[in-house]
Amino acid sequence: MFLTYLGRELRRRLRQTLVVAVGLAVGIGLVITVNAASAGVADAQSQVLSALYGVGTDITVTQQAEPGAGGGPGRFDFGDTTSETVTQDRLMVGAGTTTMDATVIDTITSQPHVARAVGSLQLTDVTLSGTFSPPPQGQQPGPGGQNGQGGQGWSRPQIDLNSFTIVGVDVTTLDVGPLSSASLVDGRAFTTDDTADGAAPVALLSTEYANTKNLAIGDTLTIAGTSVSVVGTVSSTSGEATDVFLPLNLAQTLAGHEGKVTTIYVQANGADNVATAQGEIQAALPDLTVKTASDLASQISGSLSSASGLANNLGRWLSIIVLVAAFAVAALFTISGVSRRVREFGTLKALGWRSPRIIGQVVGESVVQGLLGGVLGIGLGLLGAFLVARFAPDLTATLTSGFGSDGRFGGAGAMPAGGPFGGGGEMGALPGGGPGGPGGAFRTASEITVQLTAPVTFASIALAVGLAAAGGLIAGGFGGWRASRLRPADALRRID
Amino acid sequence: MYELTNVIKKYETKRGPVTALAGIDLTIADGDLVAIQGPTGHGKSTLLQMLGGLDRPTSGTITFDGEDIGTMPERRLADLRAHKFGFVFQSFNLVPTLSALENVEAALVPLTVPAAERRERASRALAEVGLAERLDHLPSELSGGQQQRVAIARALVKEPKVILADEPTGNLDEDTRDEIIEFIEELHRERGLTVIMVTHDTWVAQRAQRTLWIQKGKVKLRTGAPEQERRLRTRRR
Repeated sequence: MFLTYLGRELRRRLRQTLVVAVGLAVGIGLVITVNAASAGVADAQSQVLSALYGVGTDITVTQQAEPGAGGGPGRFDFGDTTSETVTQDRLMVGAGTTTMDATVIDTITSQPHVARAVGSLQLTDVTLSGTFSPPPQGQQPGPGGQNGQGGQGWSRPQIDLNSFTIVGVDVTTLDVGPLSSASLVDGRAFTTDDTADGAAPVALLSTEYANTKNLAIGDTLTIAGTSVSVVGTVSSTSGEATDVFLPLNLAQTLAGHEGKVTTIYVQANGADNVATAQGEIQAALPDLTVKTASDLASQISGSLSSASGLANNLGRWLSIIVLVAAFAVAALFTISGVSRRVREFGTLKALGWRSPRIIGQVVGESVVQGLLGGVLGIGLGLLGAFLVARFAPDLTATLTSGFGSDGRFGGAGAMPAGGPFGGGGEMGALPGGGPGGPGGAFRTASEITVQLTAPVTFASIALAVGLAAAGGLIAGGFGGWRASRLRPADALRRID
Repeated sequence: MYELTNVIKKYETKRGPVTALAGIDLTIADGDLVAIQGPTGHGKSTLLQMLGGLDRPTSGTITFDGEDIGTMPERRLADLRAHKFGFVFQSFNLVPTLSALENVEAALVPLTVPAAERRERASRALAEVGLAERLDHLPSELSGGQQQRVAIARALVKEPKVILADEPTGNLDEDTRDEIIEFIEELHRERGLTVIMVTHDTWVAQRAQRTLWIQKGKVKLRTGAPEQERRLRTRRR
């Protein structure tokens, strides 16, 4: 009787049933879509973080670069050359980072909640080459220019600036750190033989860099005056601008930073221990910057960050508002339905039906209505998630200033120069030239492009069903409360 | 048997209290066929609802088979309505979404009768009122007379002790009215049911053993008062 009565009643009020169900469906569909988009954004963030950090890395430790210090290559010293062609190759520590002693790794590893720690050295190789036309005989160099206003010295030179990024990696532990998220495309990976004394200098290139520079396995590239053989190419989900990977000891030697690292990648001994390990490391090494993936996430900008904000703020609030409105509409419809059925319920009470049975009938109808909305909502949610995944543009994540930096690094004199070369200025022995520009131009901004997915999880389906049932119960609760207050005599009197 | 002693019922309205029943003393014996008449709004239906346990008096007592239904807990009152009282209303009050059979079955739901037995008893009750061929019809597919028969079947199916009918023929044409009243008389005669009917129709009232005329919440005229009531009234004097 319960189900027969319920089914007939819902069918009789088909239009109202559909309005309530569709209202709930829109709310629930939005919740699923927003949840899916949030999960997609979270996936994208985690993809970005693992690309930046490397898979398996929980914490990074860096030495904060002093504002205005480091980062830039400093002044290029051309001596008192009179040559028309000049080439300078400088290898410097990556922007925004500074070196620290590799013995710090041992301190970190000795912390109770740390499983492993490996160091890397981030470098930037900058090659400046150009040709200059000397002034006519007897002419003196002119006064220095201001803000790029050239003097009367050498005429405007043709300058070629070429730079690429290098990361020295610990060959013995490649599953944590920068290479952990990379996969070998061609050639071979590093082996421990590559770090042996007297071993030939070898490098792995990112496929993008190899393609851009037309480099293949067996080719050589010159780093700080040393020829290095390309033994493999790797691709990475990372969009980080790492062009060349070297064994750590080779990178240290070439850069003149023996025994130094710029970034230490740490793996905690359990996902739940990341914060504890972070605290231990920070306590042991208070001068260093210790960051977890979640700290880094807050530094991400770009459309991924916007999408995250959109999903977490606008989307969430929108779905809550729609859901509350749907619940309210469902409750109002149910109460109004009960009001229209006063005579019916009064009659049933006259037949001996007790209030709980009548309330159960009203709640049952509302819950079925809610579940119908839930089923429709799941359909809408899946459609919404599909549309998000299908039509959402690729997201970009930008992490400025490299690991652990606050972006305030870089000092005067860093490349490029602020204006065209002219009268005497900051270009070392070159006569003429403007003042050096701010170091910011050498800041690295890691930009990663990820495809936004919108995975619908079992949990979000369960949430939808729960919300649907809750919507039904809330509406039914109000309706039932209204019905329970009904006195049979009043109900029957109202029709007389 | 009903015994009503100084039953008063007042309603609170926005314009102040309204007295619907102003002190009713009444005895209705088992097996009586009683008609209640009177002007509209003078307390007939209120009295019927009190007798059916649908409402409670403001003061005074209403006992049914020795139990005070005016102060009875709601659960017990619901049980009493489920087992002892059968209601028939002027506008039939059938659940519009349920078939004739299901409407009759609805009266057996509170008795927790198994579904198969419920169906069987409901079919039999409908057959008794001449609607064996209309079991699956919705109320909207039945005439007024047929709907009232379904309502009577619904009142009878639980085998009650009392039938309380509020203007049972008010919405029916004369032929159908006669049919329904004859049927109610037959029930009263053959099953010994107590029947209490509110009616405006004098012809209907004349078929009753007793008639009460209610005016301004009081019983003004009685015909055929039973022995118990006479004794009660004598004792109160």
